[in-house]
Amino acid sequence: MRDTAKVIIGILVFLVLVTTPFWYGKIAAESGKPPVLKVGTAEKECVMSKDFMRANHMDLLNEWRDHVVREADRVYVREDGRRFDKSLGNTCMKCHTDKKEFCDKCHSYSGVKEPFCWDCHNDPNAR
Amino acid sequence: MNFITSFLLTVGLFIVGYFGSRLPFVFGLVIPYTALTLFVLGLVCRMIAWARVPVPFRIPTTCGQQRSLSWIKSNNLESPFNLLGVVGRMFLEVFFFRSLFRNTKAELYDGTRLVYGSNKFLWVGAMAFHWSFLLIVLRHFRFFTEPVLPCVLWLQDLDGLFEIAVPAFYLTNFFIVAALGYLLARRLFNPQVRYISLGSDYFALFLILAIALTGIWMRYIDKVDVVKIKELVMSLVAFAPVVPDGIGWLFFVHLFFVCVLLAYFPFSKLLHMPGVFFSPTRNLANNNRAKRHINPWNPEVKCHTYEEWEDEFRDTLKRIGLPLDKAE
Repeated sequence: MRDTAKVIIGILVFLVLVTTPFWYGKIAAESGKPPVLKVGTAEKECVMSKDFMRANHMDLLNEWRDHVVREADRVYVREDGRRFDKSLGNTCMKCHTDKKEFCDKCHSYSGVKEPFCWDCHNDPNAR
Repeated sequence: MNFITSFLLTVGLFIVGYFGSRLPFVFGLVIPYTALTLFVLGLVCRMIAWARVPVPFRIPTTCGQQRSLSWIKSNNLESPFNLLGVVGRMFLEVFFFRSLFRNTKAELYDGTRLVYGSNKFLWVGAMAFHWSFLLIVLRHFRFFTEPVLPCVLWLQDLDGLFEIAVPAFYLTNFFIVAALGYLLARRLFNPQVRYISLGSDYFALFLILAIALTGIWMRYIDKVDVVKIKELVMSLVAFAPVVPDGIGWLFFVHLFFVCVLLAYFPFSKLLHMPGVFFSPTRNLANNNRAKRHINPWNPEVKCHTYEEWEDEFRDTLKRIGLPLDKAE
């Protein structure tokens, strides 16, 4: 059996599939560069270091949620003694005011679905 | 012995990846490009090499009644007689491992009686592993595409259906580790399978297990900065490489394992991925009796047909009064 045509079609399908990221980027015409986030504050540092927050913010938020909702523990004391109110709306979003410009941009860039913060919380700055 | 060697090899790769995180340019850029090139070229060369192998006869393996007379019930899936049957058979083979579903085991009872029975565990393990792996690969397209493909987001939601923990626990993470654990245990604890297991059998399992475990580790335990990783990947994809600072070492280990898998793929048993499509025992219709298949590279055979013979001796045959097919 000579199946040259079928084999060529098969190889082409394989090549198209395996190179999807390469041509999809060209078609979508997006730069693929990470979003630049807007922080509306004069504050110089976050509750934790920037690197920690970038990778682990969900853990911190989850921990705070549990402390506040289940243990009524509302005060976070950082290693250097500074105190923070464990609150998404009043602490986090005091600086990171714009959900669309801060949370959503990164989440949509990295394909993270809308977190369940917003199942209970309102965006305090969306008026 | 094979087991230990493969295990140590995988540990060695882990250590290389760990130190590789100090050379982000090599391990984040040179090695991934090289590995992908090897994977693509290697697979294409393999497929071309396979396609050039002569398959002069139709050699499907069948396990059903072939089509013959209209009143004999035939089975187009088990013994396909047309393209539709072949496509259906291949589809079930590729997506649901139908031939593995028929897997049997043979065991000695009371030391004397050989008993055959069905054995679906291998099929279940293979299905769980392959489907999880496919979903995991597709899910990773959130790092390869910008804007993220909608179907990838949909797959993620499906995979993280139960919304356990943050970030959502993926079912495929559990299934792939469980399935690989079973496939490994089967090679270790089943004496017959252990006897025929080679180093390459263990190595493939260890390598994929290592990829899965470092991925899980990175997602749930020692978290890495996903945005920086996507920045790196997107820059590789756009051929304008940028290696951002501050990507965790674990990512480089994970990436290095994936690169090793890609580079190893065209030279290993993992080639069954394209190979299944090239199996002449599966992808040919069993229609040898209905159709005459002539080997396309047969040399032309000179024959002398009866008609030609009659023409040659027509006058003689006529003279002695023998009957002729053609009167003139």
